[in-house]
Amino acid sequence: MSSDAIPTKKPVKSVGLHVGDAVPGCKKTDPILIADGVKRTFGGLTAVDVAHVEVPRGAITALIGPNGAGKTTFFNLLTGFDKPDHGTWSFDGKSLAHVPAFKVARLGLIRTFQLTKALGLLTVMDNMKLGATGQRGENLFRAMLPFLWRKQDDEIEAKALELLGRFKLDAKKDDYAASLSGGQRKLLEMARALMSDPTLVMLDEPMAGVNPALTQSLLDHILDLKTQGMSVLFVEHDMHMVRHIADWVIVMAEGKVVAEGDPYTVMQDQAVIDAYLGQHHDQDLGATDTGHVEALKELIDDEQ
Amino acid sequence: MEPTRSVQTRSRGRWLLLLGILLSALTLSGIAASPAVAEDGSAASASDEYEYHFSGNVQYNDEPLEGVKITVEGGGFSADTETDADGKWTIGVPEKTEYTVELDEDTLPDGVVVAKGENPRTAEFGLTNNKSVNFFLGEGTRVTVSFFDQLINRVVNGLNFGLLLALAAIGLSLIYGTTGLSNFAHSEMITFGALMTLTFSSDVGLPIGIAILIAILLSAGLGWGLDAALWKPLRKRGVGVIQLMIVSIGLALAMRYTFQFFYGGQTRQLPGASPAEFHLGPLSLSWVDVASMGISIIVLLGVAWFLLRTRIGKATRAVSDNPSLASASGIDVDGTIRIVWVLGAALAGLSGILWAYYRPGVSWDMGFQILLLVFAAVTLGGLGTAFGALVGSLIVGLFVELSTLWLPADMKFVAALVILILVLLLRPQGILGRRERIG
Amino acid sequence: MIDWGAIFSNAAVEVLSPTTAAYALAALGLAVHFGYTGLLNFGQAGFMALGAYGYAISVLTFGFPVWAAVLVAVGASVVFALILGIPTLRLRADYLAIVTIAAAEILRLLFTTNTFRDVTGSANGLSEYKAGFRALNPFSFSGKAGFGPWMFSANDWWNIVVAWTIVALACVLVWVLMRSPWGRVLKGIREDEDAVRSLGKNVYSYKMQSLILGGVFGTFAGMIFILPRAVVPSNYATSLTFFTWAILLLGGAATVLGPVLGSIVFWVALSFFSGFVARAVEAGWLPISEVQSGQLRFILVGVAIMLMVVFRPQGMLGNKKEMSFVK
Repeated sequence: MSSDAIPTKKPVKSVGLHVGDAVPGCKKTDPILIADGVKRTFGGLTAVDVAHVEVPRGAITALIGPNGAGKTTFFNLLTGFDKPDHGTWSFDGKSLAHVPAFKVARLGLIRTFQLTKALGLLTVMDNMKLGATGQRGENLFRAMLPFLWRKQDDEIEAKALELLGRFKLDAKKDDYAASLSGGQRKLLEMARALMSDPTLVMLDEPMAGVNPALTQSLLDHILDLKTQGMSVLFVEHDMHMVRHIADWVIVMAEGKVVAEGDPYTVMQDQAVIDAYLGQHHDQDLGATDTGHVEALKELIDDEQ
Repeated sequence: MEPTRSVQTRSRGRWLLLLGILLSALTLSGIAASPAVAEDGSAASASDEYEYHFSGNVQYNDEPLEGVKITVEGGGFSADTETDADGKWTIGVPEKTEYTVELDEDTLPDGVVVAKGENPRTAEFGLTNNKSVNFFLGEGTRVTVSFFDQLINRVVNGLNFGLLLALAAIGLSLIYGTTGLSNFAHSEMITFGALMTLTFSSDVGLPIGIAILIAILLSAGLGWGLDAALWKPLRKRGVGVIQLMIVSIGLALAMRYTFQFFYGGQTRQLPGASPAEFHLGPLSLSWVDVASMGISIIVLLGVAWFLLRTRIGKATRAVSDNPSLASASGIDVDGTIRIVWVLGAALAGLSGILWAYYRPGVSWDMGFQILLLVFAAVTLGGLGTAFGALVGSLIVGLFVELSTLWLPADMKFVAALVILILVLLLRPQGILGRRERIG
Repeated sequence: MIDWGAIFSNAAVEVLSPTTAAYALAALGLAVHFGYTGLLNFGQAGFMALGAYGYAISVLTFGFPVWAAVLVAVGASVVFALILGIPTLRLRADYLAIVTIAAAEILRLLFTTNTFRDVTGSANGLSEYKAGFRALNPFSFSGKAGFGPWMFSANDWWNIVVAWTIVALACVLVWVLMRSPWGRVLKGIREDEDAVRSLGKNVYSYKMQSLILGGVFGTFAGMIFILPRAVVPSNYATSLTFFTWAILLLGGAATVLGPVLGSIVFWVALSFFSGFVARAVEAGWLPISEVQSGQLRFILVGVAIMLMVVFRPQGMLGNKKEMSFVK
């Protein structure tokens, strides 16, 4: 273990998630999210072309792949932020095709964004309260009569305070979110997502741009989600972290799912190495995203 | 004292009336009037928009004819009306200048025509504010312009108008593409070209060709100056695009009234503005129309060549596509934006000169009159795509002209703006635009 | 010599003028749109025109009583907001700007064209619609009453009372709403609509509600606007919208009282400025004509808009940190 960010206590890994061999698109014992034939093209470029993939329930699943592999686009498609050319996908048995983003969120599938979307000119507390669903006072006509929603709003505030305490942001509750550091915003975004008690949390690069001092706390929070019974799907580049907290890894390259498996075996899969290195065999390696290559080299070193 | 009524207000930019009434409210200062518009007491003046009137009486064999359509056109203004039960008609016009008055023979009873050479006719005010125009009617068969001939003429006019819109639209689109700014001051860059041409031809007395060249160079200089003095410093401050857009609205307002401050409210003509027409089959054209279209096409081809073939042009498209990536690949983003401003302003200036011949006339708010059409063209084609702006302009130009086949002349801009809204409903990214990627 | 007394008292009259109230209310509508939701409505003049024409046509053509005419005007602006919002609220912010400005111009051209002269009065506009409203006037003194520069007739006082009562009610409404969870969603949309969408809020519907609410404010502003004057189509040109924006930016876009204060300051300052310049020109102090002195104030408004946006984007009343501009 080379990085300081890697915690010393070993998280408990979930096992027995899949049925049969760990091949791309393999069946899961209890899938929460299933996608079939989802394809999205931009002009002539195919960004996402996933034949079949299942995300296990009650586990932490990592979605990895080189830049441009279509991970974020796939996230957007699954959460209704983008429309595929064709394909079907379902969450908890309910089809999500043609369901708008806000309804997807109401079903209990909450996402975060690669570039944090903390609402800068709202206070931290207002950010949190916005996360709660089913608020009576969010109706224009009821909003005019505060006595109709005041009590519920107080309950939401209490819940928000409790979550902020857990994420160590309670001291900042009256500050504008814009005044938080990058890592604190990531924490806020995650805490806000939890206000709606989601069943599946999708995190797009939760560690990107976070100062190392906060990484540990973020990792623990992600692990916490699992202990509280939520499922997690996250995109990450840092292989150490993926291996440390993920129960299952799905690897994408050029829009397709090229490998699946538990984090220890999937890293040695030839398809994964090809995905990161293979596409640039004939080119100067310096031109590729060296970050990933370094990470992969480190991983291979670690294994030896 | 006759307050502001001596201001020569004009044309579709009828909102100048607001200014007029603002002024009358303030010069008639005894009244504690709200400054925006006249109080009830002076509603008589407010209820009649213009103080100059053409009027007339249409009779045939001493019988008044009702429902005969009369059109008045001139100085970029047009209006029509119908005769009442007594055969009388009145049309108010914004300024004392030469107008063409035409009687629509289709609205006369069968077998009645206007005496030869009488229709249309030009009319001017004398010392008074009223002028009566009467047509002599007689028996005869009228020569009607067939619908097909009208259609051809409208199509050619529409293309001409569309091409001059395209010159302005491409600049607007390039500026939007490279800086994200919806430049509401583009209209004043259009006006500037025409005003400079007027100054150097009519006031300084240079030949029109040289005046036009100077005007285009000065327009380019205006673009350079605006970017250097205003937009680049604001970009450096990190001012957001919405703020920039509102700044451009303030700039437009300040520039427009600065023009009026120095040039007054009247419409003036460029040399050679009303040339003889010649006929090509059903088509009637003037050499100005032909030259205008020729210049537009040559310049547009030049711009296309510039964007597609030259290094700077390619850099422009790269910055349009992705400024940070372009910057990372060693493209001088600020330099490119400067070139876009210079080019955009020069094109807008040229467009203004052609617009001055098309209307015809030069006035302080002439650019503002077509600003929304230029925006409509850019939006129709897809915001930020130069070639989309060209296609959008041609559609808007054709639409404005063709709509007059069915709609009254004072509603011809409505059609183009309605089309804009309909297109956004059906194909929000514009005709040539791409859907955007989120996240 | 310059009559300073007249200049000051004319400027003071602006403080209470129904016109000031109308601009304040229209700007408050824009505050809901832009300051709180981030919507770029450049067609507020269109909403005001619907208020004016909706009311006047209902009274003149259909003979409706005051309350029904008000309902017609409000209904028309709700329909207008839906027509504008349905195609554009899913698109980037600047599309709404272009479509609203175009739609307001379409309305003005439709109200100006000779084709509908019987109903709209064409370029001459409409008047003689005030009897019903004046019949409700509880003031019955004759001549003028008041104090200082504020001496008005009974009808003028009735206009002033109604205008400012509506403005006050609208302020209270916005104040309550922006402290409610509903207002929180709007402010969230202003900051980042994708984030709000990911939290399960129907962003499209909220933007539509905001567009309608601010538009209805504009409609009431349009009805107040025609209390002291006739309905004339040329009043509803783009410059009306730009003046309203100037007032909003002056006062503070994300504030409740900013638009009111902005409107008062704007009209008092403008009246003072033009009163002074007009008299200075008369007295031969300035080498410009009287017509040019009128243009100076438009130039001034333009420059003021630019300076406010660049140097004090939060306006007079806004919180420096809560600059409402979308980045």
